[in-house]
Amino acid sequence: MQLAEVAGTLVATIKYEGLEGVRFLVVQPLDRDRHPDGEMVIAADAVDMAGPGELVYVVASREAALAMPQPFVPVDHAIVGIVDQVDRV
Amino acid sequence: MRLGRVAGTVVSTINHPIYDGRRLLMCDLLDAAGEDTGGYLICVDAVEAGPGETVLILDEGNGARQVVGDPQAPIRAVVVGIVDELMVDEEIIELV
Repeated sequence: MQLAEVAGTLVATIKYEGLEGVRFLVVQPLDRDRHPDGEMVIAADAVDMAGPGELVYVVASREAALAMPQPFVPVDHAIVGIVDQVDRV
Repeated sequence: MRLGRVAGTVVSTINHPIYDGRRLLMCDLLDAAGEDTGGYLICVDAVEAGPGETVLILDEGNGARQVVGDPQAPIRAVVVGIVDELMVDEEIIELV
């Protein structure tokens, strides 16, 4: 799982079955110092509460689809938590 | 599996229900010489590891789901061991 910042939202009317009602957000993956790390990706919002500007953590690959209400959906990144705090020692 | 060092914790209130009550560790990734690679992973803690400890990280979904005991868990990275000693090419790697 990795940190990311929500950069925006995405709306799609025509979607593959199972993706109805799923919120899509544009997220920028971050490195450990919270600097942008790689390309922006579109992630499904599995907590249904994340919004632009928030620090979140994202799960990728097959596990992303498991975060959704229907587990067999074509999703490869999902937001699974909104970060309150990162304590680096 | 990957070698990592626990750098801290990640606190989250709003999360997928599978993460409720689970500790999330911010782990810096290390190479085979025990050196920091610059990468990191946020991992679920399965062994009660603490900051500064060198750990064994599983970054694979099927195994992770088995560790947390839920076949539907959207979890991929889990800390599954605390490393006591590492030997590469017959040399013991100093773990800080």
